[in-house]
Amino acid sequence: MSGRAGRTRIGRFPGFGTIAWVCLGCLYLPILILVVFSFNANRAVTIWSGFSVDWYLRAAENDGLQQAAVNSLIVAVIATLVATAMATGIALATSRGPVFRGTTAILAVVSMPMMIPEIVIAVGTLSFFVLAGIKLGLGNVIIAHCVFCIPFAYLPIRARLQVMDPRLDEVARDLYASSWNTFRLITFPLLLPGILSGAMLAFIISLDDYIITAMVGGAGTSTLPIYVYTMLRLGVTPEINAISTVLLAVSVVFVSGSYFLGRKGKSSP
Amino acid sequence: MVSVDQARHLDPPARSAHPALPDASTRAGADARQRRERWYRALLVGPGLLTIGIFLGVPIVIIFVFSFLSPATYGGVEWEFSYEAYRQFLFDRDIFDESLVFNSAYLEIFLRSLLLAVFSVVACLLLGFPTAFFIATRPAARRNLWIFAITLPFWTNLLIRTFCILLILRERGLINNTLIWLGAIDEPIPMMYTDFSMGVGLVYSYLPFMVLPLYANLEKLDFRLLEAAHDLYASRWRAFRWVVLPHAKSGIIAGSVLVFVPSLGTFLAPDLLGGGKRLMIGNLIQLQFMSSRNWPFGAAVAVILLASIMAILVAYVLYNNRQASVQPEDKP
Amino acid sequence: MKAKSVILNATIAGALSIAPAAGLAEGELNIFNWGEYTSMEMIEKFEKEYDVSVTIDAYDSNETMLAKIKAGATGYDIAVPGDYMVAIMIEEDMLEKVEPNQMPNYENLDERWKNVYWDPGNHYSIPWNWGTTTFVINTNVYKGDIHTLALLFDPPPELQGRINLLRDVNDVINAALRYLDLPRCNSNPDDLRKLLDLLINVKPHIKSFAYESKELINSGEVDIAQIWNGFSLRARRERPEMHYAYPREGFTGWMDNLVVLKDAENLENAKLFLNFMMDPENAAMQSNFTAYANGVKGSEQYISAEILESPEYQPPEWAPEPEFVPPCGPEVVKMYDRIWTNFLK
Repeated sequence: MSGRAGRTRIGRFPGFGTIAWVCLGCLYLPILILVVFSFNANRAVTIWSGFSVDWYLRAAENDGLQQAAVNSLIVAVIATLVATAMATGIALATSRGPVFRGTTAILAVVSMPMMIPEIVIAVGTLSFFVLAGIKLGLGNVIIAHCVFCIPFAYLPIRARLQVMDPRLDEVARDLYASSWNTFRLITFPLLLPGILSGAMLAFIISLDDYIITAMVGGAGTSTLPIYVYTMLRLGVTPEINAISTVLLAVSVVFVSGSYFLGRKGKSSP
Repeated sequence: MVSVDQARHLDPPARSAHPALPDASTRAGADARQRRERWYRALLVGPGLLTIGIFLGVPIVIIFVFSFLSPATYGGVEWEFSYEAYRQFLFDRDIFDESLVFNSAYLEIFLRSLLLAVFSVVACLLLGFPTAFFIATRPAARRNLWIFAITLPFWTNLLIRTFCILLILRERGLINNTLIWLGAIDEPIPMMYTDFSMGVGLVYSYLPFMVLPLYANLEKLDFRLLEAAHDLYASRWRAFRWVVLPHAKSGIIAGSVLVFVPSLGTFLAPDLLGGGKRLMIGNLIQLQFMSSRNWPFGAAVAVILLASIMAILVAYVLYNNRQASVQPEDKP
Repeated sequence: MKAKSVILNATIAGALSIAPAAGLAEGELNIFNWGEYTSMEMIEKFEKEYDVSVTIDAYDSNETMLAKIKAGATGYDIAVPGDYMVAIMIEEDMLEKVEPNQMPNYENLDERWKNVYWDPGNHYSIPWNWGTTTFVINTNVYKGDIHTLALLFDPPPELQGRINLLRDVNDVINAALRYLDLPRCNSNPDDLRKLLDLLINVKPHIKSFAYESKELINSGEVDIAQIWNGFSLRARRERPEMHYAYPREGFTGWMDNLVVLKDAENLENAKLFLNFMMDPENAAMQSNFTAYANGVKGSEQYISAEILESPEYQPPEWAPEPEFVPPCGPEVVKMYDRIWTNFLK
């Protein structure tokens, strides 16, 4: 394809590549420090005094920390799955078929969770759960996370749908494929990269949340951000670095997996 | 080679006419089909909208109601109507003689947060645009790798990342230690707990929110247009101005909104990296729900913030709709 | 696509059923405490002794805890509010009247803590840890007399720009009021004007308002920092040039207390825990972890010498008595909020 070659030749602006590489470097510098100091023998996070895996062993013995990490993962995984499924539904309905009344309103509703400061959602949601008598422990946290994950999952999915050719669906339907089969065999595989990046954003957002989780959660629902935040007064110990490094490694495996899946999804049709 | 996208634009009437052919014999079938379409749509949209409607809608209503109540002594609300909270935002009984005077303190906080959010958007755009563009011009396989690389650091918790920035910027942190070791400086440069460190924290937190939508947008850029511009002897930057920028507009706006809104409500960066020396709107709201124990005022500030964001977004949607009606082929 | 929404609903239902079965099984206890403020050694001993499984969740401030409990978040049996917060929670009817004064180990409690303003006669609470809030200072940088608040509010040149204050309205305002020799819980307009002037004058010299004092000291970012005595001791382990000051103008004493929340699901276990904590050996385990004093007689024989002999634990003879500041009325809280907003606007 001639377009591809042209892409690199004409599309080159001086300095853009440098900025991209610098950005990437800056993004990784803190992460590098995080990983390096997780192997530090010293307690102080700042001074390097020799290699050791002590902090990993300490983290392995710290039940509270592990519970928090596990809670974080449970919440993030479920919230990501549910929010991404819901976001996919909304994106399909608002981007496919004839434009219908209310699309703008739906878009407004979907983007709401992104627009409201977290502390407000936190207090409002807590009050609501209490008024409605919803006491589900981790379930409360998951519900709250689903809500604010939806818009983040929705955006990339919709972006993907907008560049997909809707006539493929119509052709399939003209060939008497059922709606379900059309979705399963045509739309979904084409949409997969969008769904994956949506899920990725939702997952990040869920992992990062502190204030909503802190407010909404009940007994035994501490997540990693809560554990870290309440530790700040005393200073973060390298145990946190260690468990973060472990989670990061898990993430790399997970994301690499979805990256290859995404590649498959892109090239298959 | 004509792309699918362009082909689609060739026959929009045929497409829109497709679902309901104006043929009497098939009208009943078409009606049934339309009804079914509506059902599918409701099923698709329903769960998501219901979740947001209930678990976000009701809390917002609660906050709205709170803002019109009176504060209880130790936090919480008294069920007693009052618009005191809104009055407090602009006017205050003088701190010393109780006369009602215009109070700029909260407006200043509001404006500063706005400024910070704008800074954050501009900085993210200046860094994010070239990055997204650069990624979009990589070969297809490399592009995904780049996106993966950009997202990966964000799988570490935000708090921990923020803490790592602290380790880099502080007086005995990485930068100062390196500079001293190189002999470039004798005394450490104070970087922590300044507007600079706060800005770094914000940009670091929200950069991918700019890069990802921009990349999605730029990836669709028809680079043959750049070639055409080049053939017509347009300079590189003219081509950028007249070809790339107009195309990227929607991506820039989407990314800006994604960076702007969370920056406006942020409280972590001002506290941890800014040293808590100046209140931002997020800190103000938090303070009211916590140690100041004035929930109605906290709720009122939140409602005001929400209203401002909504105003900006409505403007954006209206603008978008106008754009859409000018270029109908942009509609899905 | 019907199938899809069925799956979706199933997922939601699955998510909801994950809720931990708090209160269903016997032998549970849910504690809501400050972060890194519980000796796990002590908790394990309690779990073993009474066959109770303990869950601990953390909060970062009295106010976060209050807001959460106030809004009705339940599931916790025990919380650890500071002294003034106990008074508030009693007034708001948020605590279970468990009468610790009737418990077998109550006789171990130091007489000093039996008639405190926040809970006279111990009907609701018992001491957890107590300590003082002053500041720690780098004596390599500043050579003069360290026991005065002037170092914070009228800093000599070598300390200017090297100050950390706690990000807390009351800690900052109370220290400033002491420096100005004005009463606490103050709503006198003239006094408050002086207070605001003082704060605004000193603001350019302050590096940060942060709770992370210990981290800031250890990293050499600041040379003088408001801090709690136990954290000071922990900070000095890494930075011996630091010294804990006892300002002559006075300083805050505080006590965090074990209380049982209203309608606690594991009431009996909560009571057991209160009694357990009044045992000298158990209280000492907690003190050895946090480096703060407890309120139990005879616990000192189990506390490490490093803590016992530290200036943080043993104030000098001449030091004033720590002042326990009761919660201020709503008018004062409102005034303080306005001062704070104007200070940090």
